Amino acid sequence: MESWGEASESRLIGKRITRLSGKDKVTGKAKYTFDINRPGMLYGRILRSEVPHATVMGIDMSQAEALPGVKAVIPLIESGKKLRYQGQEIAAVAAETDDIAKDALRLIQVHLEALPHVVTEADAMAEGAPQIRENWAGNQSEPSINKNRDVAAGFEEAAVEVEATYHTPVQTHVCLETHGHVAEWEDEQNLTVWASTQGVFGVRRDLAQYFGLPPNQVRVITEHMGGGFGSKFGPGSEGEAAAKLARITGKAVKLMLTRKDEHLVAGNRPSMTQHVRAGATRDGRLIAYDMRGYGTGGISSGAGFVGPYVYHVPNTRTERVNVAVNAGNQRAMRAPGHPQGAFAMDSLMDELAEKLGMNPLEFRRINDSSEVRQAQYTLGAQEIGWHRRNNVPGAGNGVKKRGMGVGSGQWGGGGGRGTEARVTINADGTVEAVTGTQDIGTGIRTAIAIIVAEEFGLAPTDITVKVGDSAPGLPSGGSGGSQTTASVAPVIKTAAAAAKQKLFEHIAPLLEAPVADLRVGTGIIYVASDRTKTITWQQAAGQLGMESISEGGHWAEELRKGVVAGTQFAEVEVDTQTGAVKLIKIVAVQDCGLAINRLTTESQINGGVIMGLGQALLEERFMDAQTGRMLNANLEDYKIPGTFEIPEIKSIVFDTHRKVTGIGEPPCIPTPGAIANAVYNAIGVRIRELPLTPDRILTALAEKKA
Amino acid sequence: MSEKEKKQVRDSNISRRSFLKGVGTGTVAATVAPTVLIGAEKSAEAQMDEAVSTAKIQLNINEKSYQVEVEARTTLLTVLRDGIDTSGNNVDLTGAKLICDRGECGGCTVIVDGKTVYACMMLAMDAQGKQITTVEGLADGDDLHPVQEAFIQHDALMCGFCTPGFIVSSAALLNENAKPTLGEIKEGLSGNTCRCGTYPFIFDAVKTASRKNFN
Ligand code: FES
Ligand code: FES
Repeated sequence: MESWGEASESRLIGKRITRLSGKDKVTGKAKYTFDINRPGMLYGRILRSEVPHATVMGIDMSQAEALPGVKAVIPLIESGKKLRYQGQEIAAVAAETDDIAKDALRLIQVHLEALPHVVTEADAMAEGAPQIRENWAGNQSEPSINKNRDVAAGFEEAAVEVEATYHTPVQTHVCLETHGHVAEWEDEQNLTVWASTQGVFGVRRDLAQYFGLPPNQVRVITEHMGGGFGSKFGPGSEGEAAAKLARITGKAVKLMLTRKDEHLVAGNRPSMTQHVRAGATRDGRLIAYDMRGYGTGGISSGAGFVGPYVYHVPNTRTERVNVAVNAGNQRAMRAPGHPQGAFAMDSLMDELAEKLGMNPLEFRRINDSSEVRQAQYTLGAQEIGWHRRNNVPGAGNGVKKRGMGVGSGQWGGGGGRGTEARVTINADGTVEAVTGTQDIGTGIRTAIAIIVAEEFGLAPTDITVKVGDSAPGLPSGGSGGSQTTASVAPVIKTAAAAAKQKLFEHIAPLLEAPVADLRVGTGIIYVASDRTKTITWQQAAGQLGMESISEGGHWAEELRKGVVAGTQFAEVEVDTQTGAVKLIKIVAVQDCGLAINRLTTESQINGGVIMGLGQALLEERFMDAQTGRMLNANLEDYKIPGTFEIPEIKSIVFDTHRKVTGIGEPPCIPTPGAIANAVYNAIGVRIRELPLTPDRILTALAEKKA
Repeated sequence: MSEKEKKQVRDSNISRRSFLKGVGTGTVAATVAPTVLIGAEKSAEAQMDEAVSTAKIQLNINEKSYQVEVEARTTLLTVLRDGIDTSGNNVDLTGAKLICDRGECGGCTVIVDGKTVYACMMLAMDAQGKQITTVEGLADGDDLHPVQEAFIQHDALMCGFCTPGFIVSSAALLNENAKPTLGEIKEGLSGNTCRCGTYPFIFDAVKTASRKNFN
């Protein structure tokens, strides 16, 4: 049985260790895909549809081709085909400079025949709406229906009921490094691609397939990567276009999406609308839950969301429908389906608790079977000062009113098989750890160094970690579902252990001790039964002479575990004159399993909370029904959190067990619900729609008065 | 087509300005399907007429002089990232990033004559005769700037794509205000955006750096 050992035995694991890539990132030396400059490199750009729905009647690229500095122009759609959303690809160019590429796009003439469009859920579902998706009558998918026991019988037992509609809008990922690639062909058969991706090996597979090459003739490199949040798997049409342009021109081609493209076509979190009716018994048990909900993932499906969530309801009936609109496709976005569903559920919980005359925390305790969260409720309540909470929502006469709220979440993140890794000890004492995962900002590079250094008695900086390159042929999965650390850590740990065993075998004769009696200390190897017998790491490695030790690892189920619970508490101050919500404090109590690196784990919790508060207060894609275009496809009108929105955030790494789990997604789940409940507690009016913008707050307050 | 032939095309008198401008607001909402057109706002020769006069300029970046050829529209950021100097070497100062392309995110922040500037919003020509410092110019060899050290220590970065901009803005903030309060740090860095959510640790890092002697 493999194990991570006791906390008291760990020198590095679970401590706060600074990132290996820190120095490169603070000095500007870190090269992202966007920063790659290759000799003679060309710049690619994509012409995209400005209309939401049309048939392509003809594309004339001749003028663009004639522009000096333009090296290639290729169509990305055929005449006769339909464009189904703003931003859909029409053609791509490669030119000597980015500005020339931009000019060239303006010279491409596209003749279109406009088709009727719908871009909002309401328009899509309205009677007589044009059908924009085949086989989807009323632009809706077949409902997916789930039942548990008898919801009608459940309502008969209910002492209180709430019926309400909750809504969250489409949100976009806003990766600061846009999607993109630099593609370069060595010859007709060998392609190298720098990709801003969450899945090096996925991009390799897809591009190899696209060009009919064996996978090992495509090399994908992702040294550093500027954010993905679920939207960066596979090369996408922009990656294919970059590689195609590179092939035609015989030059390296860099093709990065623009900020506008990124909003339009690089994924989004689908919207959600839930009509819920739910009931609880007099003693505070959830008893029945009936929900009909829909959401849009653009022209695609995939608008799923959770509900009921976390809390146990015995009798349920749920019905979910996908609505098609003429807008870019959804992609997985940090905990897909969870934050929006959690917002609805946690709002509902508070509404039911109020009808029961119960403290919302007490009501949660009764209905939450997670022991971990029960403990988190206690800790979180203490940290936020729950006893100070308004007992009467909206009480007080001041202009600025304070309130507190709570929300919960749950995630998997247990990792899985499929990672290969190699740990090498060289005769000069250097150590290398190689695997095909990628560091998307979570700090896996550093986690790998920590695991290997712990095993060898070295410092993390002594370990050279190579990730983000398919060339060594050591595959690993894409970084999604918070799976990376739990997938990679066991394999790295067992590879390091195997290499250590080999080194012990090599030096055991020298130390005149059996292999089983050897141990590593800090920078040394010693004999457990005779501590006077010791050699330094350098000396031990020196015994290898011209050789080196290189060992692979294996999956070890017992080193990892899935399913983490989290709870967050928010305190807010609402200005009832301006409608502005100011966050005072957020406490995030997050089960993280075994946190390999406490420092980067805290960073991830902070990051989740901040993305969650963006969803709660700021983020919304606006579509113009008339033109079918996105109105805020930039960073000026699409608001993401900035310095002024950041409250005091207390991120608590809640230790539960010593098995590795993923933590990238879960901390963004409870935030919107906790904030919405805090706003209600402050002003005494329930807003069931995100984001909680000043106009919504003021409207709600005005309605309350009236 | 060779470059020479292309030049001939450009110089010929054929006018291609017969196309409509790109689809405007409202056009597509008409119930009768109209034929619409994207692109071709201006003909090739019209664009060439206005765009392609270039000039050789000298820029002083991180105490090094660069000679580059730029168009009137070329931004300082384009020179830093994509510029090729007159002897054929890439300028290759890619620390500053293009993120929003409109002065909203601070990813491209550099210091020009002691003041922070969005390099995406400054024309290269306007940067002539000025002292430009990029994130690459902050450290003294292997000696990191206190802000850089503090960012590493506090893990004030995740993906790190916004980091160069925050580093430059933080260094400039501390130059102006040696001991900023939390509110002043938020104000001083309000022109920078991070999507990974590193703000709390950035605030800590700036506080730590402010306690050090940074001059
Ligand atoms: S890229 Fe210059 S401010 Fe955003
Ligand atoms: S660290 Fe990723 S955007 Fe700031």
